[in-house]
Amino acid sequence: MPDVPGSSGRRLWSALSGRPGRGQLVAGLLLALLGYAATVQIQLTRDSDDFAGQRRDNLIELLDSLSGASDRAEQQISELQKTKNQLESSATGDAAALLDAQRRLRDLQILAGTVAAKGPGIIVTVDDNQGSVTAASLLNGIEELRDAGAEAIEVNGTVRLVQSSWISGSAGAIVIDGQAVRAPYVIKAIGSAHTLSEAVAFPGGFADEVAALGGTASVTENDTVEITALHALVQPQYSQPTDQ
Amino acid sequence: MIAVLGLVVGVVLGLVFEPSIPDAWQTYLPIAVVAALDAVFGALRAYLDGIFDDKVFAVSFVSNVLIAALIVYLGDQLGVGGQLSTGVIVVLGIRIFSNAAAIRRHVFHA
Repeated sequence: MPDVPGSSGRRLWSALSGRPGRGQLVAGLLLALLGYAATVQIQLTRDSDDFAGQRRDNLIELLDSLSGASDRAEQQISELQKTKNQLESSATGDAAALLDAQRRLRDLQILAGTVAAKGPGIIVTVDDNQGSVTAASLLNGIEELRDAGAEAIEVNGTVRLVQSSWISGSAGAIVIDGQAVRAPYVIKAIGSAHTLSEAVAFPGGFADEVAALGGTASVTENDTVEITALHALVQPQYSQPTDQ
Repeated sequence: MIAVLGLVVGVVLGLVFEPSIPDAWQTYLPIAVVAALDAVFGALRAYLDGIFDDKVFAVSFVSNVLIAALIVYLGDQLGVGGQLSTGVIVVLGIRIFSNAAAIRRHVFHA
């Protein structure tokens, strides 16, 4: 290329405006190569959201940090899973305890006579036209029913017989738990219907006793006997539960 | 003039073709580009000094690129490719800056 004398500014100007020589051609070719490579590289860098252009060291470092993060995340998952299991098991434990308590409450309520009850059982109807059935014989019949496993007993639909019930009065004017009870005496009992009816009807039993006194006792076995009379619960005044 | 035209043509070609280069070359291309940039700045400075020679430019351009690539390749084989490529970039960067300073002095007389 022609060497232009003078200042560098003029030389630059002459290079941009002057006639191209061989040197310019070579320089142009190499610069084209440079521009091409630079553009390719820039596009490559911009595109490499995947890790294709990364060095191995960087990739290993990245992988390490990622696997560390995933380890920590997995540890967290297992810890949370454990907590969840604990909470779930304690919840089911609570639910089971609640269910158990509810069942006990129901059992005790039936035994204490504070709720109505229904189930298979018998209805004993004692007719006493002569007014000769005594409180003692009635008590005998009720004891027989209890022996046979009666779970709930009611007389005349008004008196629930519980553990503290008492029977007194003379024949024809019987009092149970302070309530006057008049013939015909209808005794409802829940339990095994067959066993209960046997307990009433066996020879020399309650039915025969009533018959000997001049009354009649008839037994019907029912699939469903409903006992609706309730016993008012009295708080124990003197006794307290022991630890055992 | 042709030099500037060549640069523009190269950029346009790169934009138009969007070529994909082999994976094996991908670590060398940026180094090669920086080495070529160094050669170009050196050539511009030489031209402004009045001692430009197209043969020297071509040789220095090609040898710069080749040596830079070779150093990085060697570094990769030795397991210090990352550090060596950083070193090459730093050295070339310093050279580019000093050349740019000389060019600036020529153009702006400052």
